[in-house]
Amino acid sequence: MAAAAARLTRWQRRFRALVAIIGATLLAVTPATGPRPAPDGGPRRIVSLVPAVTEMFFAIGADDRVVGVSSYDRFPPAVDRLPRLGGLLDPNVEGLLGLAPDLVVLYGTQSDLRRQLERAGIAVFVYTHRDLADVTATLRAVGARVGAGARAESVAGRIEHELTEVGRQVQGRPRPRTLLVIGHEPHALRQLQASGGYGFLHDLLVLAGAEDAVGDLKRESVGVSLEMLLARSPEVILDLHYGVSLSAERLEAERQLWRRVSAVTAVKTGRVHVLAGDEFVVPGPRVVLAARQLARTLHP
Amino acid sequence: MHEIRRRVRRTVVGFGLIAALTGLLAPLAGGTRVSLDRAFDPSIPFDRNVDAQILLVARLPRVLAAGLVGAGLSMAGVVFQSLLRNPLASPDTLGVSAGASLGAMLAITFQADFTVAGVSAIPLSSFAGSLGALSIVYGLASARQRGATTTVLLLAGVTVTALLSAVVRFVQYLADFTETIQTTRWLMGSLDVASYGPILAACLPLAIALALLASLPRVLDLLSVGENLAAARGVDVVAAERRALLSASLATGAAVSLAGPVAFVGIIVPHIVRIIVGADHRVVLPAAGLFGGTFLVLCDLLARTAFAPIELPVGIVTALIGGPFFLWLLLRRV
Repeated sequence: MAAAAARLTRWQRRFRALVAIIGATLLAVTPATGPRPAPDGGPRRIVSLVPAVTEMFFAIGADDRVVGVSSYDRFPPAVDRLPRLGGLLDPNVEGLLGLAPDLVVLYGTQSDLRRQLERAGIAVFVYTHRDLADVTATLRAVGARVGAGARAESVAGRIEHELTEVGRQVQGRPRPRTLLVIGHEPHALRQLQASGGYGFLHDLLVLAGAEDAVGDLKRESVGVSLEMLLARSPEVILDLHYGVSLSAERLEAERQLWRRVSAVTAVKTGRVHVLAGDEFVVPGPRVVLAARQLARTLHP
Repeated sequence: MHEIRRRVRRTVVGFGLIAALTGLLAPLAGGTRVSLDRAFDPSIPFDRNVDAQILLVARLPRVLAAGLVGAGLSMAGVVFQSLLRNPLASPDTLGVSAGASLGAMLAITFQADFTVAGVSAIPLSSFAGSLGALSIVYGLASARQRGATTTVLLLAGVTVTALLSAVVRFVQYLADFTETIQTTRWLMGSLDVASYGPILAACLPLAIALALLASLPRVLDLLSVGENLAAARGVDVVAAERRALLSASLATGAAVSLAGPVAFVGIIVPHIVRIIVGADHRVVLPAAGLFGGTFLVLCDLLARTAFAPIELPVGIVTALIGGPFFLWLLLRRV
């Protein structure tokens, strides 16, 4: 009797193992065949780990194909209903594969993730970013990749036209030496970081009719000491805040901070502006909004 | 007895003169040319005087902060090394520094938004973190009454450090992109403190630490030889150890909350000073304070001028200058 029970459990175990093997094989085979391509031949299930590119998908009307975004996506509000899959440093590979995407947009430095995805047979779009011109270049490349080339071309063309228009409006005006501050400690002028003479913020600043006060330092971000701030004495200071919404009092408190360095021309002449909004840090289709606001602030 | 008093006086005067000279001259040097005539010209109001503001708003607070942080960390290093009878001990060893870092990380990541008497959330929260770690260390020291050894204290300290560092990394992991950049920069240490408020705030715990330290030199001499010997000479070992821990931890907490964890000063300056002035703590403690302050002021001077207008994190300079200097001293002695 006991031997029969043991035999039974052994058979049960073998049966379970068999079921597991068949199940695993099915699971392994299914994603390999992948979702069917869209009628236009483009991918149907896109995961974007790059907020700027997510915005581009929405701008060219490919938003219905986006099935997952990064943890840092905030715009447009519709991204809130999509699963979030980590970011540059902590992509959630398991969650990502679980969505069975047929295109994943990732950063150029995410080489491990890229290898993993390629092993799993999933196509990738590698995002690299340098300056303002890259925004529309990326938009066109993304459009071509998802089979929405014509739509992307028209959106990119419009962005370029509107940027040119911003530049035209400030043409011939005096260009104030401007420090574009992209971060500092709250309630203190410590750990000041400014946009240096390279990158899309620098390009936006110049386009909007400013001379970059630290443009000679060819880096995307420059640590600015109080001494450097006083020595360079910019005529305008733009203090960018993003990621959090600040109350009006708090924005005013941030503006008041700069009075510590009252000898700086911008402080003396009351040209310190606190700007809030994450369109300044996402090199996507909203660069036009950022450029316009910069131009309005610099040339009221 | 007179001999040692004379040595103390000679050391304090010697190192004090160098420190005072450095403190006076360091604000005059920097990446920008400053005209002293214009800086102190009474006809230009301070509001509009760039030279005066570079001297008094940008450079002087930095030099003061460097002096205080260097002195605090170096004296704390001396105390930890003799208390734990371990030449590798430093202000980081028992976790106070990691506690201060954790406090700062929490303030940055959760966007703590308050100021108290002109001091902002990050240094305040950092100092609170150091006090939290201090209470753990203090609890450990109290357990020593029940027979725990220095080795146990050391191991416990290393564990507390590892634990708190893990929490620091966890909090960093939770942080948003821009906050991650902020936390990383904070962890590199910076003496550009931007105002006198945080410096004044740090002076209070440093003053308490100094007052406690003043009673310690003889005890430290005995403790660094051995607890039994100290006890035989009538030292209340447990009470003395607590006082030593409290003072060194307060000094460390004040220094780290002011400038972030500046590497290397707290471990290497005590050794350099012992090589120069010998092992007697009545000489070593004041010498370490003065020398440590001077050393960090000079390192910061280098950090802000070597590649001006770009600045190096001062922790890199302390290690790059202090390391070879210490090796040279060691080799010369052998």
